[in-house]
Amino acid sequence: MNAIRDRLFANHDEALVLRSQRANVLAANLANADTPNYKARDIDFRDALAVAEGQSLNLQRTRAGHLTPDDASLGGARMMYRIPTHPSLDGNTVDAQQEQARFTENAVRYQATLNFLNGSISGLTRALKGE
Amino acid sequence: MSLFKIFDISGSAMSAQTTRLNTTASNLANADTVAGSAEEAYKARHPVFRTQLQDALSAGVDTVGIVESRAPVNMRYEPGHPLADAKGYVYGSNVDTVEETVNMLSASRSYQTNVQVLNTSKELMLRTLNLGKS
Repeated sequence: MNAIRDRLFANHDEALVLRSQRANVLAANLANADTPNYKARDIDFRDALAVAEGQSLNLQRTRAGHLTPDDASLGGARMMYRIPTHPSLDGNTVDAQQEQARFTENAVRYQATLNFLNGSISGLTRALKGE
Repeated sequence: MSLFKIFDISGSAMSAQTTRLNTTASNLANADTVAGSAEEAYKARHPVFRTQLQDALSAGVDTVGIVESRAPVNMRYEPGHPLADAKGYVYGSNVDTVEETVNMLSASRSYQTNVQVLNTSKELMLRTLNLGKS
């Protein structure tokens, strides 16, 4: 079953989860555009996908006392702070326009992934029906 | 489904921006009020925002409180005014109308951005629900 999933979806399912998580991070940036001292964050998508595919080395926890990385909910992807382009008086590093552009880009890529998945699913159903 | 969290995040930001719009409205409404003493005079109010961290991914906004501006109140000599004190002074509010107008524009832009984020996320979720149907 895993082999079918791997061949059929070709990691698009993992990409979909990561895209929705990145949407979350970018939405949080936009929500905190007026919060003093908030630092904008983002995830490196390529890095995150490599970790999700198991192609990248990750921290292993072999004992219960080992600390979890604080970005464990992202499947090991590193959450990084954005380098600010403008200085600001209140210590906030959110550039609303940039974040909005990234959010839109992420949404479009999410839809692209959905289209890829839809294509594989409809191909599979056609094969099952024998049309 | 982590897209659901966006509703909390953007919702908290929208409510925070509404608080900001509310204070701006009351500041602008009271910009020309006068009082009989410096203590009674209207002071401009501003909300203080703080990030509410739940986990690594989601970070909404909280309004921690509302602070009154410490700028000096506007003291005027108007002996004929019914509210004037013994020396003939009335005390106007310390509202800076230019600053409040800028605050209003900034709050409404931020609100719009969050509504857009919500709409986009809703669209994506609906499309995900229809995955494999077409």
